Amino acid sequence: MSAGISLLAPGHRGCAGCCDALAGRFLLDALGKDCIVVSPTGCLEVFTTPYPESAWGVPWIHSLFENAAAVASGVEAALKALGRKNNTKVVSIGGDGATLDIGLQAISGAFERGHDFTYVCVDNEAYMNTGVQRSGATPLYASTTTSPSGRKSHGNPLHKKNMPAIMAAHGSPYVATASVSYAPDLMKKIKRAAEIEGPTYVHIHAPCCTGWGFDSSKTIEVGKLAVETAMWPMYEMENGEVTKVRRIKDRKPVEEYLKVQKRFKHLFTKDGAREEVKKIQEIADWNAKHFGLE
Amino acid sequence: MKNRMTVVEGSYAVAHAAKVCRPNVISAYPITPQTHIVEDLSQFVADGEIDCEYMNVESEFSAISALIGASATGARTFSSTTSQGLALMHEALFNASGMRLPIVMTVVNRALSAPINIWNDQQDSISQRDTGWIQLYAEDVQESADMTPQIFKLAEDKDVLLPAMSCMDGFILSHVYEPVILLEQDLTDEFLPGFEPEYILDPGNPMSFGAFADPTTYTEFRYRQEEAMGVALKKIEEIASEFNDIYGRYYGGLVDGYMLDDAEIVIMAMGSVIGTIKDTIDMLRKENISIGLLKVRSFRPFPADAIKAALKNAKLVVTLDKNISIGKNEGALCTEVKACLHNTKLRVPVIGFMLGHGGRDIPIGTIVNIVDKAKAAMRNDSFIESEFADLREDME
Amino acid sequence: MPLVIKTVVKPGSTIVNKTGAWRSFKPIFDRELCSKCGICAMYCPEAVVYKLESGYYDPDYDFCKGCGICANECPRKAITMILEEK
Repeated sequence: MSAGISLLAPGHRGCAGCCDALAGRFLLDALGKDCIVVSPTGCLEVFTTPYPESAWGVPWIHSLFENAAAVASGVEAALKALGRKNNTKVVSIGGDGATLDIGLQAISGAFERGHDFTYVCVDNEAYMNTGVQRSGATPLYASTTTSPSGRKSHGNPLHKKNMPAIMAAHGSPYVATASVSYAPDLMKKIKRAAEIEGPTYVHIHAPCCTGWGFDSSKTIEVGKLAVETAMWPMYEMENGEVTKVRRIKDRKPVEEYLKVQKRFKHLFTKDGAREEVKKIQEIADWNAKHFGLE
Repeated sequence: MKNRMTVVEGSYAVAHAAKVCRPNVISAYPITPQTHIVEDLSQFVADGEIDCEYMNVESEFSAISALIGASATGARTFSSTTSQGLALMHEALFNASGMRLPIVMTVVNRALSAPINIWNDQQDSISQRDTGWIQLYAEDVQESADMTPQIFKLAEDKDVLLPAMSCMDGFILSHVYEPVILLEQDLTDEFLPGFEPEYILDPGNPMSFGAFADPTTYTEFRYRQEEAMGVALKKIEEIASEFNDIYGRYYGGLVDGYMLDDAEIVIMAMGSVIGTIKDTIDMLRKENISIGLLKVRSFRPFPADAIKAALKNAKLVVTLDKNISIGKNEGALCTEVKACLHNTKLRVPVIGFMLGHGGRDIPIGTIVNIVDKAKAAMRNDSFIESEFADLREDME
Repeated sequence: MPLVIKTVVKPGSTIVNKTGAWRSFKPIFDRELCSKCGICAMYCPEAVVYKLESGYYDPDYDFCKGCGICANECPRKAITMILEEK
């Protein structure tokens, strides 16, 4: 028996139930061998490549935290310059910190320059590699190690940055949101993003059992709840217009999603935080209405 | 023989030199006084004179990052920057060196902010001393141009594989119009072979670059870089001679002496100030002052043995630095020359002068004043450890 | 083996690291209940649930970390997590 059925080999040091490992293998399952992957610093980078090992079955490079898109643009330029571009896909896969926060400028530059590559954000909504600190992707009222809940705080006071909208505003021909809990859909979107010429973007919602506080067996279940409550709207945008959405039958109240995660536990203690839960519900309601999910 | 000299701007000479090195990927971001180099390169691209991917990136950080990706993919890569731009690249400079990617950059030396200042000193590249990049310093425009293929050949040597900076003084060299010989394409093709790294990002042989090294292996990566710098020490000399064989021009290898053999006082410096020092020496020799020059061409790798050999008859060494380590009251050359002499039998005093910061002119008079102080130090009238030359006297 | 310091490492080389040792709970696949849908294989973060010639699925215990996703996602409840005996 050969080890693993994916181009992302087992033996990597991802946590049991890791969402990043799932996203990584779905990426390679979708793209096959003819790609070059660029990873910024983050869990996926660290746990897949402890020297002298690598889980990657495709050519892969890690440079720094904030420059993956710039590195990827250089890879693409070199392939063109050397006459080796052919059908080789250049893909960058990074976490939410590397994408929404520290790497945003490099991504913006690479998209503006129009390189033929796909940027994939694996969004587990905090800096997990360093121990669950708040990022620009952390949702409202999530408790993290730098936005903890406390006597005078309900956790992160800020809204999640709308990264797909930012990428669509760059004139990207294809922007999609996906979830590790919907693997066939995710892989279809990755394939489509890679096939379309120009800079394309796929934003994957990825529940992290370690950082969010749920059992390792529930990664897929929690991701599904995010979609079923409209906390994570799934859509595709082509040239700035929403062209497809994943509709929800019998949308669930956000409590069903929040209650299964320790990071929202403070909202459901004896005193409760009805106003805060209401505000979160408003986000889901807005998503449902804005994207026409129902 | 027909006159091959053309009068061009220093930046043009270097851009032209980069062009004949046939880079595959160039990244560019404007910053004074480097901008003319990337402008000239973009004109070569616009005129179809160069076949490469020219990337107008959104920052120097992306300029170097894009070249990291391109170099790992097997491309010969070139960029040019200065000052704040080089400082912005700092983190990525370590990364390029650690991954052993032979990226070449021309650094057009300029002061760092604050206060903001666009003129020449060498604080920018000296501040990147420990990033694992080779650093060579050119004396004039022709050497700046000629250094370009030399440094590509050095960086890409399979036993070196280190990124490299070719440093030229901002404005003084980058914006001056001088008669130069533009590098010939045929000679450069003969001198500089194609870039053929052993490993590249290639789906046909899918290697991983930039793995995570823990305490059991990290030290050995650093050791290998240091070893490669040791190889570079030899190669710099060899490549300079090979360049001489093909093009007929030579500027010294690691160091170069001028009136050195019988000199009691030896001035050491890097970059364009060398010309002024030579003129001063010519003048002072007429007054029977026993003085010579040791030009340092390679600052990284640091040519300790070459310096020790060159200083064996010196009675006093004077270092000139266009930089300062604030809190040490010394420039880098001063500190390093002293350090390399310490564990030897050479007991030659070294005194340091810091000058030319933020573009302050260094006229012959400044060098003469420094030599006067050196003579006083030799007579034991007053010993100077290190000091600013040409500080304004009207400062309150 | 002597230490080799190279700037690149070989593809898929993490397979020397048998992560099965991490496991606290072990998935047991019941073929009586299995419908051969393959969801267990699809959502394995290690990608080590294999389809056999018979159409059934089997995990590679050398690498299975025992996360329990396969058991949780199995629509037929054909996978049970049992305490690993060491």
